[in-house]
Amino acid sequence: MSAVPPNGTTPLARREARLAWGLLAPTLVSVALVVVLPLLAIFWISFKPIGLADLRPPAPILRESVRGAGDDLRVEYRLRNSSQDIEVTGVTLSDTLPEGVALRGDLPAPCTLSGRDLTCPIGTIEGGYNERIIIPLVAEDADRTEELAESSLPTVSGQSDSILTNTTFTLDNFARIFDGDEFWGVFGVTLFYTVFGTIGALSVGLFAALLLNKSFRGQGILRGLYLFPYVAPIIAVAFSWLILFDPFSGSANALLIQMGVTNGAINFFGERPLALIMVTVFEIWRYFPLSFLFILARMQAIDTDMYEAADMDGASPFQKFWYLSLPQLLGILSVLFLLRFIWTFNKFDDIFLLTGGNAGTRTLTVNVYEQAFAVSNIGAGAAVAVVIFLCLLSFSVFFFKFMSREDGL
Amino acid sequence: MTHIRRGYLTAAVIGALWTVVIATSVAITMSFATGDAFRPSVLQALVMGAALGMVLLRVPQRGFAMAAAVALFALTLGAGFGPMLTDGVGPVALGIAALLAGLGTGWSLHVMFAEIRPGTLTRHEFEDAVIRFLTGFGYIFFTAIVAIPFYVMVMTSLKNQQQLVANPLDFSLDLTQGWGLFRSYYELFASYNFGTYMVNSLFISVMTVAITLLFSVPGAYAVARLRFKGQAVFSRSILLIYMVPIIVLALPIYIGFSMTGLRNTIFGILLIYPVTTIPVALYMLQGYFRGLPQEVEEAGLMDGLNRLQVIWKITLPLALPALASVSLYVFMIAWNEFLLAFMLLDDPSKFTLTRGIASLNSSEIPRQHLMAGAVVATVPIMALFLGLERFMTKGLTAGSVKG
Repeated sequence: MSAVPPNGTTPLARREARLAWGLLAPTLVSVALVVVLPLLAIFWISFKPIGLADLRPPAPILRESVRGAGDDLRVEYRLRNSSQDIEVTGVTLSDTLPEGVALRGDLPAPCTLSGRDLTCPIGTIEGGYNERIIIPLVAEDADRTEELAESSLPTVSGQSDSILTNTTFTLDNFARIFDGDEFWGVFGVTLFYTVFGTIGALSVGLFAALLLNKSFRGQGILRGLYLFPYVAPIIAVAFSWLILFDPFSGSANALLIQMGVTNGAINFFGERPLALIMVTVFEIWRYFPLSFLFILARMQAIDTDMYEAADMDGASPFQKFWYLSLPQLLGILSVLFLLRFIWTFNKFDDIFLLTGGNAGTRTLTVNVYEQAFAVSNIGAGAAVAVVIFLCLLSFSVFFFKFMSREDGL
Repeated sequence: MTHIRRGYLTAAVIGALWTVVIATSVAITMSFATGDAFRPSVLQALVMGAALGMVLLRVPQRGFAMAAAVALFALTLGAGFGPMLTDGVGPVALGIAALLAGLGTGWSLHVMFAEIRPGTLTRHEFEDAVIRFLTGFGYIFFTAIVAIPFYVMVMTSLKNQQQLVANPLDFSLDLTQGWGLFRSYYELFASYNFGTYMVNSLFISVMTVAITLLFSVPGAYAVARLRFKGQAVFSRSILLIYMVPIIVLALPIYIGFSMTGLRNTIFGILLIYPVTTIPVALYMLQGYFRGLPQEVEEAGLMDGLNRLQVIWKITLPLALPALASVSLYVFMIAWNEFLLAFMLLDDPSKFTLTRGIASLNSSEIPRQHLMAGAVVATVPIMALFLGLERFMTKGLTAGSVKG
């Protein structure tokens, strides 16, 4: 026996590993269902020629009505295909005739009656199919005709080729979104928004952190106040901004006109370069608190001895900031930059609520919504989503390299 | 550098810039508070501020500084020229403006000039004055940009349509109408179902917190304490989930829910919300669990508890502060969530507050109602936040990434 530590395959270790996976299982399963499955689905859909209307697969639709009376009594089944161009196969209609009625004359072509059960194997119906099937009947009691329709509901079954699950694939969606200048316009807007939004939020956050990195009365209150933009619901602050900067009755315009800065009203969220600048400013305003919080936490962890030593050496305040604080903050700043960059790239709600992607503010994420719901082309929306995902994948590789070095969070 | 580090020059430049800052902020404050026509005149503010700065450098007593500045503003406001210009403003408002601007300028210039004197300044003294100026500017700037949108939100909700159109700047309240001020809120709850939305939001948020904790506590414990293959990879990659944009997930979820009939159900929302918060909760909790002393748990194991009992009886009670932070943070995310609620809910009886506010955004509904809705959604989360700020700040820092 040599004195080697157990190599990790002892029964005890195995039991511990099993317990660990057991405890993690609920998380893993839920994440797989809600994150991984949709991600796979989006790749699948992006290769499908599918519109918003195709979400309901084509199906046979049946309406039953009782017509006529006495000798002319008949049941009419109106069968139609919900789709105009896709066929439904294996359509079968079945119904049960109530007691007290009998068949009068012949059944129409494919139908058969056994006992009281009526079955009509109609087979394939083309797109746009809309026909009536008439069953002539005679009733023992005229009053029972009402009951006819109500006594049993007819059923209809049939299979159709759902566009979601069949094996038709197409590259049209990608061809469509990369077609023309529109995509590069959208990409450029996304880059502008992401880069300036991130850098802006970081610099403003750094400034705010420098302000509050000293203890004085009211410091806690100010810190709480400066976090408001981030904590408040996005929808509340976005609408407040819209009302504040309204071109007709907004306070900001009234203020600017009164101060003589401008003569006419400015349409802040509706004019071409200005709208993009405004949504970027909104992004900075809403997310500077997050950077500020992190930078402040890091600043308060810096050793004060260093500053005392610098004071002894006669360093000026700006020198202390530039040569001592900034290098200490570089780690957190770069981690924050990467995180915020990815998050701003992913941002959807803000622009959607402020401009709806109009006036030159359509980013990639807004484009997903625009393609899928405004143009009703789910396939193209999914294709944009795939492009976003691939961009993020490349950011993440970069991010992981940094994360493992910095471990700042 | 030395030739610009003269005491008089520094005092003049800082005095000029600071007077512009104060004149602008007081003009904006007075405009927003009274609706009267106040505006700063940058050129005159620069000239008079420079002069004031040089005088204050000569006579540095605080009382004198404040008196001189108040006198300057009072005289110029009365005479109709100077740093702040007005148009048809009553004497009371003028007096208040002069007092505010004068005290603000005089007192802060006195503080900024504490280290400087006539003659050549050392680099230290010069930078110190500049930093004091920047600090003052920073406080005013940040307070203004944060407070103005919220001020507009609250004040708009208390006004009516005619008042809003007549003068968009006039946010003064007519206190004589008493409870009538709150009629927008009354209408929201009486005829727009905001009571239901609020109950829905509260229910969804609380359930999300509960489910998130139920899933993430065992997971976090496993990652923090138990040894298994892939533990290190796991504790890092859990955050990768956050790199996936919600809009990318929302599209297939919308399709799937449309086909299975889960759209328009609170149950469907409760299937999705917790999953968006579990990873970050797990990440925050595992960090905290790691910091707990392992010996206590080992003692428990020695005394015959199994792992689950250890989690329940030892780890969780010790981790209460962390659980509070995580709960608050998750509650905030669920309460503020907009996109999924917007896409998945169409039935007004199932709306959450954020979805309800989105439905108010139409040209037929007056905007004081929209703002009242915004206030209704904001106030509970702000109250929670201010009441439990310590936990919240910790939660935000540890939660780190969610935006």
